Amino acid sequence: MATSFTVNGKQVSVEAEADTPLLWVLRDDLGMTGTKFGCGIAACGACSVHVDGAITRSCSVPVSEIAGKAVTTIEGLKGADGMLHKVQQAWIDAQVPQCGYCQSGQIMAAVALIEQVGTPSDAQIDEAMTNICRCGTYPRIRKAILAATGAAAQTGEA
Amino acid sequence: MADNPNPDLDIPETVTPAEKPKKKGVKRRIFLAGSALLVGGGIFGVWWTDSSAKAKANALIGGAGKQAFGSVMTIAEDDTVTVFSPHIDFGQGSHTALGQMLADELDADWGKVVIEQAPADLAFANAALAKGFLPTMAGETLAGLIPDAVIGMMARSMPLMITGGSSAIRFTGEIAMRRTGAAVRAALIAEAADRLGVPESELTTADSVVTHAKSGKSLRYGELAAGAAERSLSSDPVLKTREQWKLIGKPVPRRDIPAKVDGSAVYGIDFTLPDMRVATIAAAPVRGGTLESVDEAPALAVKGVEKVVKLPDAVIVVAKGYWPATKGLAALSPKFTDGGHGAMSTPAIYAAQDKLRKGGKPDNEAGDGDVDAAFASAGAKTVEAEYRVPFLHHAMMEPFALTGHFKDGTLTIWGGLQDPLSTRARAAKAAGLEMDQVVFNPMIMGGGFGRRFPDIVEIIDQIALLAKQVPYPVKLVWSREEEVRHGSYRPQSSAGLKASLQSGQITGFRMDYAQSGNAEGEVPFIYKIPATSRRHFAYQSNQIDGPWRSVNATQIGFYTESFMDELALAAGEDPYKFRRRHLPEGSRHLKALDEVAKRSGWGTPLPEGVGRGIAIVESFDTIVAEVVEVALKDDGSPKVLKAFAVVDCGTTINPLNAEAQIMGGLIMGLSSAIGEQVTLDKGAVVESNFGDYPILKLADAPPAVDVIFIASGAKTGGIGEPGLPPASPALANALASLTGKRIRTLPILTQAKA
Repeated sequence: MATSFTVNGKQVSVEAEADTPLLWVLRDDLGMTGTKFGCGIAACGACSVHVDGAITRSCSVPVSEIAGKAVTTIEGLKGADGMLHKVQQAWIDAQVPQCGYCQSGQIMAAVALIEQVGTPSDAQIDEAMTNICRCGTYPRIRKAILAATGAAAQTGEA
Repeated sequence: MADNPNPDLDIPETVTPAEKPKKKGVKRRIFLAGSALLVGGGIFGVWWTDSSAKAKANALIGGAGKQAFGSVMTIAEDDTVTVFSPHIDFGQGSHTALGQMLADELDADWGKVVIEQAPADLAFANAALAKGFLPTMAGETLAGLIPDAVIGMMARSMPLMITGGSSAIRFTGEIAMRRTGAAVRAALIAEAADRLGVPESELTTADSVVTHAKSGKSLRYGELAAGAAERSLSSDPVLKTREQWKLIGKPVPRRDIPAKVDGSAVYGIDFTLPDMRVATIAAAPVRGGTLESVDEAPALAVKGVEKVVKLPDAVIVVAKGYWPATKGLAALSPKFTDGGHGAMSTPAIYAAQDKLRKGGKPDNEAGDGDVDAAFASAGAKTVEAEYRVPFLHHAMMEPFALTGHFKDGTLTIWGGLQDPLSTRARAAKAAGLEMDQVVFNPMIMGGGFGRRFPDIVEIIDQIALLAKQVPYPVKLVWSREEEVRHGSYRPQSSAGLKASLQSGQITGFRMDYAQSGNAEGEVPFIYKIPATSRRHFAYQSNQIDGPWRSVNATQIGFYTESFMDELALAAGEDPYKFRRRHLPEGSRHLKALDEVAKRSGWGTPLPEGVGRGIAIVESFDTIVAEVVEVALKDDGSPKVLKAFAVVDCGTTINPLNAEAQIMGGLIMGLSSAIGEQVTLDKGAVVESNFGDYPILKLADAPPAVDVIFIASGAKTGGIGEPGLPPASPALANALASLTGKRIRTLPILTQAKA
């Protein structure tokens, strides 16, 4: 079955079974491997992308539900001029990633949060950032989100 | 990208005598060094490389305007210095730090330094590691008598190319990287002196340029490299003093990070080849069980599924992509035996361990003095407690994924594992090939935490067997369920502790612990007590116990430091002051403890509903003291509000990355203590995914961790693991001070069920 939608502004049409999760269409059919597989049950968030601007765990959304929608992945965050998104730059400045495997999803979640609320409070960060990071980069994730929005970390990492 | 693996690396067809295994399969020796298994063989470094290995290294990394210096580094005509790390970097930042150490001694222009993964070839095996671990294995005196050349031969005979035991910086960095940088710098100076006709003493180096100030002449490293490479390198070069360091000790940004924020980093699971298929697997639910039968038809009926492959203990579905493979596997109803382990369960393991500890014979005993006499002494007050900790899943975020292609008699494998050389050895054995018929291309890894030691990684056998049965390249991916249920867990362990107090002083201290491995030589007992005893009772279940970040220091640290608080309570003294009195005056431990008390405001009043706990553990030659402040959420689960860590690892190579490692270790320690456990029922693992194996999330982690380093200048210690062990006892101690209830069984959330 052919399903059409856009990925990072580009129109695509994929031949995939209707129940195929968006994650595997991105990775196996479109060869876009920046979006990661972590659990397959929408529990870890490594596969987070934006669908029509909303944060979505792509491992648990069938491609049939994506028809006609706009998908943004980690590969699509850079500007047309190749400039990093301010959240990506903040991630580098705060030296957030360790193994880095969950960070595509963390960054997508952070971008969605900032687009939604502007400058998030600590409580809003707690509520929105539910992706798992086994390396334990959480304090730097918080710091980077606050830095990206121009807010100083209220908790203050040393 | 600096850390990009090099899957296209052209491996020469010819095999040097040095690499040819003596017989079918590979002779492997296993060293127990801090219980991290060291398996493998080989040589790494300029002085330990014999001529054939040197030629091989040159063939692999030199050529085309590049001069190789042993198997460690190259200098190109344009001054680019490439450093080859024999260690893989699964997120701990060691590649950047190793580059810093070499480049500093070399006086290289950091902007022109590239760090790459060393090829999985015997020429790159790591002698520095053998030398570093030798004192643990053979004792300091004997180790000092063995010449480097012999150590190199030892390393080569084993293939040694492992990452583990927090060893990259303290051994490879200190022994190989710094010395190579300094020796090559000396050779470049000697070459420049000849070329300019001036004495070496008048030459200075900086930013990859040798300068003669008097004449104003200078030569770039790229211009000098060819001549310098012909010179013999000093095996004992003069190293910089601490004051001369320009890169070591500096918060240099990690080289791997940019590719990890834009999706361009290619992990093992991301690797693809034209015409590649994707497979997934279900192994026997009870470890030790075998595949009895399976009807393949339901899987083959799924669109996209191409093949079902049966292994002795597992079934694999091969398809056009991961999703059809998953659907195909789910359609099957394989029958497995339980291998005779059907009665194995979590309570049964604890019961067997209790029986062993109370009536069995210890496998190992360490300590000083007469503990029983101390306990029996008149006026002694004795305290006893029993502790239990469960199996733990590593939960590396990237599930296992290896790609294999068997073509023209050669098996090529791509993926991320902790020891590239022993990966080749294991794959060769599984596939019935010689080691030189297996090529392994190491790739970036999404975490490891001890799970990726080839000796405990069955997916190597699985991909070897699978690849031999199909004509196309195939990527085998484990589901998260397979990860959780077929781990090489931190062992389920239990301990009985007993101590005697006299006038508030501990006079005797005994720990009887039952688990698979012995922790002696790995987790030092740091307190000054007249009579001590640690007795190990070996217990092995049907599970594969593996090293889990910080290995035995997690449970031994939890037992010891929880019990120290129980003793302080019995003595009626503050836990910080009580520990203080039992640590040697002037010791590094005491300094770390005092510093964490100071930084955390120990003893100052806390808000209502907040408790504070302290703990100190030494592991991998690094001392870490931690304090946490905790409150209870409405559902009664703990929330850590603040965390402090004081670290003495001797010297911090990259403080920015070291801070991240300590912070991450502390949070992983809290996570495991609060909610993590793998349990067994009827021999099989009960948990299946992150739904029932909860990992701490951002909201429940401390918002910040205050990490302080003490620059003691002592022997460089590890940094990847030591932040973890003090976290769980500090949390349990904080909760006890808040609620009055002592936690003796982990995890905290489910201990009522245990």
